[in-house]
Amino acid sequence: MPSTAQYLMLSGTLFAVGLVGVIVRRNMITVLMCIELMLNAVNINLVAFSHRLGTLEGQVFTIFVICIAAGEAAVGLAIIIQLYRLRSTINVDEVRTLNG
Amino acid sequence: MDAITGSIPLLVFIVIGTIAVASSILVVAMRNPVHSALFLLLTFLCVAVLFVLQSAEFVAAVQVLVYAGGIMVLFLFVVMLINYRHLPEERVTSPVWLGGIGVGVAIFVLMLTMVRTGAYHDEMPGADRRLTTVTEHYLAPHPSDPNKLVRRSREVPNRNAEAVAMALYNEYLVPFEVASLFLLVAMVGAIVIGKRELSAEEEEATPQFIMERAEVEKEVKEAMSA
Repeated sequence: MPSTAQYLMLSGTLFAVGLVGVIVRRNMITVLMCIELMLNAVNINLVAFSHRLGTLEGQVFTIFVICIAAGEAAVGLAIIIQLYRLRSTINVDEVRTLNG
Repeated sequence: MDAITGSIPLLVFIVIGTIAVASSILVVAMRNPVHSALFLLLTFLCVAVLFVLQSAEFVAAVQVLVYAGGIMVLFLFVVMLINYRHLPEERVTSPVWLGGIGVGVAIFVLMLTMVRTGAYHDEMPGADRRLTTVTEHYLAPHPSDPNKLVRRSREVPNRNAEAVAMALYNEYLVPFEVASLFLLVAMVGAIVIGKRELSAEEEEATPQFIMERAEVEKEVKEAMSA
């Protein structure tokens, strides 16, 4: 059986890749995908510790995280569509009206 | 023989983990958002396999249904709605890409040092059994008196979904209801934000496509009668 440490390393790798994507990419849809990737890495962590401790709390929390991720994706994509209608761009660097 | 079957989970972990990491890197690296979405789908499926390896079958099923089924379809819908080919051709990466990769490597090294110090390397025996076994109560006939029933309980193995449901509906009932409320709020919010604002005339007028269809139908009818 793979040990918990190996799962933690894998989830750390996925999280780091997702973080790089969030910072580096300019396409807003890809940024949202990378956020989903980071949430998934957290899910691996939760399930790994659930398996390690032999308790179900980690799995229950994973289900909640998946639920939050679904809501976040729905609202985020709606915002992206509206932004595309208003500004004809989905580039993160060009949407800086709030930035002053 | 036992050594071979014992090492199968590790082998699956290594193969699936490699695919997951490679496809996640491709999600970030792909220029076309559709390709990114498809590699993200592959990553989600690999993570579902990892959940099965850790005896979290129900979570794996939810992962496939909600992530691979629902969220990915949503992403692909939006990618198709937004005609990115009409967007001006520009660099994919932001000007701070070097700093971003630096931050990512720093976080990666930080997480590796946390698990490298010898913690969490031991295996936990019996964890699978505890995660998948539920205690089932049932009524059995009394051993001596045939008119009486007695309460018994037994341990039933391989019932991960039932065990998760027990935890979800007993200890975590209030968070569960709050989550349902959250989903309602998210749905209403997504509809309100994503809705196209109609002007007053557009609200009043018959939509264009209905007018066009009526015209086409009239033409077809005339052609048939002629």
